[in-house]
This record gives sequence, C-alpha cells and structure tokens, in this order.
Amino acid sequence: MGVIAFLIPISLILGGLGLLAFFWSVKARQYEDPKGDSERILSDEFDDHPKS
Amino acid sequence: MSVAPAAGRLTEAPSEFTDEHVSASACPACLAAPSAEDLARSGDIKGARLILSLPTAHCAVCISDVERALHRHPGVRSARVNLTLKRVSVDAEGTVGADDLIKTLDGIGYEAHELDPGLLSATETDRRGRDLLMRIGVSGFAMMNIMLLSISVWSGAEAATRDLFHWISAAIALPTVAFAGQPFFASAWNSLKAGRLGMDVPISLAIILASSISVFETMNHGHHAYFDAAVMLTFFLLVGRYLDYRTRAVARSAAEELAALEVPRATVLRDGAEVVVPVNELAPGDLIRVRPGARIPADGEVTEGTSETDRSLLTGESLPVYAGPGSKLNAGEVNLTGPLTLRVIAAGKDSALHRMADLVAMAESAKTRYTSLAERAARAYSPLVHILSFTAFGVWMWLTGGDLRFAINISAAVLIITCPCALGLAVPAVVTAASGKLFRKGLLIKDGTALERLAEVDTVVFDKTGTLTMGTPRPENLDALSAEEFGVAAALASGSSHPLARAIHDAAQAQALAVPRLEDIREVPGYGVEGRWNGQVVRLGRADWLGADAGAATATHLRIGTAHPVTIRFADQLRPGAAEAVRALSAQGKRVFLVSGDVEGAVSALAERLGIENWHAGALPQEKVALVNDLTAKGARVLMVGDGLNDTAALAAAHASISPASALDAARTASDIVLLGQDLAPVADALRVAVQARRRIKENFAISIVYNIVAVPIALIGLATPLAAALAMSTSSITVSLNSLRLK
Repeated sequence: MGVIAFLIPISLILGGLGLLAFFWSVKARQYEDPKGDSERILSDEFDDHPKS
Repeated sequence: MSVAPAAGRLTEAPSEFTDEHVSASACPACLAAPSAEDLARSGDIKGARLILSLPTAHCAVCISDVERALHRHPGVRSARVNLTLKRVSVDAEGTVGADDLIKTLDGIGYEAHELDPGLLSATETDRRGRDLLMRIGVSGFAMMNIMLLSISVWSGAEAATRDLFHWISAAIALPTVAFAGQPFFASAWNSLKAGRLGMDVPISLAIILASSISVFETMNHGHHAYFDAAVMLTFFLLVGRYLDYRTRAVARSAAEELAALEVPRATVLRDGAEVVVPVNELAPGDLIRVRPGARIPADGEVTEGTSETDRSLLTGESLPVYAGPGSKLNAGEVNLTGPLTLRVIAAGKDSALHRMADLVAMAESAKTRYTSLAERAARAYSPLVHILSFTAFGVWMWLTGGDLRFAINISAAVLIITCPCALGLAVPAVVTAASGKLFRKGLLIKDGTALERLAEVDTVVFDKTGTLTMGTPRPENLDALSAEEFGVAAALASGSSHPLARAIHDAAQAQALAVPRLEDIREVPGYGVEGRWNGQVVRLGRADWLGADAGAATATHLRIGTAHPVTIRFADQLRPGAAEAVRALSAQGKRVFLVSGDVEGAVSALAERLGIENWHAGALPQEKVALVNDLTAKGARVLMVGDGLNDTAALAAAHASISPASALDAARTASDIVLLGQDLAPVADALRVAVQARRRIKENFAISIVYNIVAVPIALIGLATPLAAALAMSTSSITVSLNSLRLK
C-alpha cells in the first residue's frame, strides 16, 4: 500500500496541471468565439500561423 | 429615438450572483436603455476600434472573405471576425470611418451595421462568465479526484486507509467548496437578509452541512463522509448557473446590439453652421435640418422646405402626408422627398415619442408580474426541504434518545438527496436548447421567461403595416395604364427616391420596359416629379398638385400635358410567410386578430386576403392597448406582433410580444422576441417550440420529483450512504440534461 504515497500526489499534481492549463485557456480568451474557431480550422489560410 | 429616459427609472437589472438565479430580468427595455444614450454621446467614432455587426456571416469562407476585404482596405491595421457573435472588430487608422468599411463589405455581398465599441466591449459581463467558468473548472477537478478516492472507500477501504482518503478528500473539498460555492452563499445570504427562502438557501445549507459533518466524521474515524456529494452538488449547480448566465448574456448583448443599430443624432443649425449633436441635447427653439430618408428627431414645425412624411411607424397610416412650412411634425416620422428645416417645439421628455414611452413604462408591469415555472417550483420546494430535514433530525433525536451525531447525519443526507441538482439544471438546460433552436430559425429571445409566456399564448394580435405587410408599396393597377403612360411614369419615377416612385421604377425594371427619354426632370419636394416629354409637361405626384381626386387608398397620379390625370394605386406588399404564419396559427387553434391604425379599406382587404375574421381599423395606440387589456381581462393570453411606435404600448402590455428587426427600436425594446429575418413564418414555429420547451421543463421537474420520492424515504430511514447520494444526484442530473436535448 506504500505505493499510494507516490500515486496520490502524482495524480493530484497531474490533475492540477490540467486545471492550470484550463485557467490559462480561460484567461487567454479561448472561449470567446467557439463557433468561429471551429470554422477557422477548415481554412488553410491560418495553417502556418494562427491569427492572433 | 429611444425609450431610454423613461425606462431608465427602472434600470436595476438583477445581478447574477446577488439575486436569485431564477429571477428573470424585470424589464428587457432596461438592458438596452443605457446603450442608446451612450451612443448619442459617443458622436462620430473614427480611428478607434470599430465594431461592425455582420448578420449574414455564417461559415469559414465568410470569415476569410470579410477579413481579407477589410485588410485590403487602406488604413486598416487588423480585422478579426467573431462568428459566435456575428461581429467583426477592426483596428484602423483615424482616417477610416465605419461607413467606408460598410461600403467595402457591401461590395463583396455582406450586410454590415455599425455598433458602438464602447457599449459592446462589455468587460463586466465577460469577467463574470470567465469567473463562473473558473469555478466550474475547479469544482470539476476536485470532484473527479475526490470521486476517485471515494470509490476506493466504497469498495471497502478500511481503518487507517479510509481515514487517510477522507483526510485527502477534505483537503481538496474544503478549499473547493469555499471558492466554488461563493455564488450560492452570496445569493443565499442576500435572500435571507430579504427574509425569503430562495433555492440557494437549502443548497448552501446542504453544502455547508455536508462538509462540516464529513470533517466531524473524519476526525472521529467515521464510515461515511460526504465530501464527494458536497463538491458534486457545487459542480452540477454551477453548470446550471453557467447555462442560465450564457442565455441571459446572449440576450443582453442582442438587446444592446439592436439599440446600437439606431444612432440618435440630429443636425442642428447654429449660427449658420450645421452641427451634429445627440438628440437629448436638443432644446425647443433649435433649428434642425432633416435630410430626405431620415427620421425626424424631435417634435417641430417646418420653417423651410416642402416634403412628404411617412408616419406609418407612428400611426400605421400607409399614405404619406404632405409637409410644408407651418406643418407640425412629430418625432419618429420619416422625411421622404425634400430636405426640411424644423423649429423644435418639444424635445426629449415632452415629445410625442416620449409620451408614448411613458405609456410603455406603465404597461411594462404586466411582464414583471409573471412568475416563472422555476420561481414557482422554488417557492414550493424550499420550505418543504427544510421541514423534511428538520423533522428527520427531531424524530431521530427522539428515537435514538439524543444521538446528536446520528441525527445530524440523517439530516445532512436528506438535504443532499433532495438538493435541486436536477431542478437547477431543468430550466436553464431547456431554455438554452430552445433559444439556440429558435436563433437558428431567426428568432432572438430577449427575455428569460419569454419562452414560458409564449407557451401559454392562445390569442395572437397582429399589427398590419410593417408587420403583416412589408411597409413597402407595390403598384396594383399598372395594367390599366397604356404602355406610353407607364413608360412616362417610370421615367419620372426614376428621378425620385420616394417609396412610391421607387415602386413604379422597380415594376418597370421587372417588366424590362423601354423607358422614353424625358427632359428637365426635377423633383418638386412635397408634391412629386415633373418633366418634359415630346414638348408636353408631364407630372407624377400628389392628387392636389395635378387636380386629381384623392382617394382613400395609397395612390399617386400621372398627368401628361393637359390630359385627365391617371391614378396609380398601390397595395402594401405582404411580408413573406405572413399567410403561412396566420394559417399555421389558426391550425394550432389560436384566435387571430388584426389591429391597425390604417384606414378601413386597406385593413379589411388584408384581413380578407389572410382569412382573419377579427379586425379593427383606425385604432389609436391607446385603443390597441385597450384591446389587448380587454382580451387579457377576458382570460386570454395575448401574443402581440407589431413593429410601430403605435404598437409599443400594446407590445409591452401583452403576455408575450414579437417584433421584426425592421421595427423602430422602441418597439423592439418593448418586445420579448425579435424576428431577425424578413419571413414571418417562424412565429408559428416559435409557439410550437415554446409549448414543447414548457413541456420539457415540466417533465424535468417530474423526473426530479420522482427521484426525490424514491430517494427521500431511504434517506429518512437512515439507509442513504454517500454512494447512494452520489448515484441519485448524478443520474437525475444526466437524465434531465438528456431530456432537455430532445427538443425538436
């Protein structure tokens, strides 16, 4: 059972990283135009560099 | 041209966190009200970030087209389309005005309107949405981790392991509940202060009680901890609240956008120079210039110029009225042919427009009286839950002879099991699904409870001009004219922008008519057009100018030389889908009424054409309200569909109301739903979807009640484990969400 001493912190840290990534995506306003983003993916205009 | 100041008194839109989440905004007008004023103050915006609305953009190609075209426009630094909001924001140099960009976009086939950037940035609402998302993220993360730990406890972790898992759960759950639960705690505290028991009081109580009893149990090496339930509760309810918030934010930005389309400015003559000022700065005695095609900004008397005015939005009359020196004009009329100079008699609060707005403000209360299904459910539910929980506590205290720990455990279990996860999701999920559905059909829901009210409608009252008809005339008796006369009429008509002249011109073009050459064509503002054809003077215009008989119907007259004048009659063009809408509504068993301020002949002809039996002609705004109130008093639920200022009060007084996007902004502000397209057919669809949505909401309530009926007795007799609570909560929430998505 000693292994859980490693496993639980590891799973929490990994989950925490996911949470931080989510925070970043909210702060970076990635949920402002979900419909537009799903359409932009179809256009090859933004292939080389995404529109800022 | 807005009801802003009148509605401004009521501007206390409830904020998401401090008020009950089930309470709908009291008056949709208030949301849009400040925008018109801000707009007026902003004046001509040049060089700042421009925001244009793009109602027709819908695909990947549209994005590239619009962005490329704007990039190519000189002076534009960057442009970005937001497809969700159907807007494009442009960063451009000071020399670029919105008009240039609108022209550029029009050139590639995209309709665009200027919006006020200061008004639409809406950072406050953005911040709130992001805030809710963060809380959802945190509680979702915590829920998953605690669930993982809980599963091992449920599957039989013992003694020290179980305690360890409980402690870790506590370490995750307590900060999460403290952070993510804030919206509920704040709202519960506010409703307690106001002496009410809202939905959020039992929610907060359940979260706090579950967390504290779990901490207590953990310290005493107990078997059951409800950390997972507390966090799951927070998560599901936050999702419901976020959906609710999104629907309202979309509605609010739509209302702002509609207000932002109409820019209330006036051109004032000061010391001989023309100055553009916001309408609310006009004072009696000011001289204002009104160019042809513009709306008259204040009540006034004509001092210079002759023209005709279209007052159909004010009164419903389809016949243009002559205006010359001395005539009194009301704010809201549209100047048709010649430039006019007006001396302002009454502006702002005293103008006819504002007297109308006061009428609206009075009628507005009809809407605020409505209590939504969610409010009614909450009102019945909250006391019941508290009574159940406290009774369980008391009874178990008595049965066990004072075992406080056990009694509190039961009491917490009851609160958690009955907690309105499903109830909190039931309404927002359905409303979100239904508004999305209707938005794709071209209907914009502006008010949270509009769908529910729409579902109760059994009587539909239509306005005529601009609603059932397009408000654009079409020549009726061109066959009666000789080819020669038609040709001359068309040639004269091409020299004017008067709506009747344009209608003749369009008809001629549609028939590919050979138009004879005329000389000396000139427009005589207020009267008509004059020219010379084969040496004869030819005139097209008002009856009194040509010596013809003026009839009751909309008509213009043509005289060639000294011959007897010929009358060209016009009928208002039916709005596409109007016939279908009326037929579908009758088929649904709704009573249909037609009320118009227009003359009897025009109204009865239209009523007959559409098969409407109940019609009223020559109705004043007060009479329209009286009719709606009358029907309401007789027990009918009235849906008013109208576009004019004369309909505004009736729109506000009705149980539910719809106005087309072409309506005056006062009318759009007063109505719950705005029809974005030209077609009227979605109105019947909207009623169908609304009825369906209400049925789904009720089904959802039924589902949660069934869950409670099954689960509450189990909790009451003390058999509810954290596992049972978690199962009941998640299954009911998922069933409810899935049921909402069944909307067709």
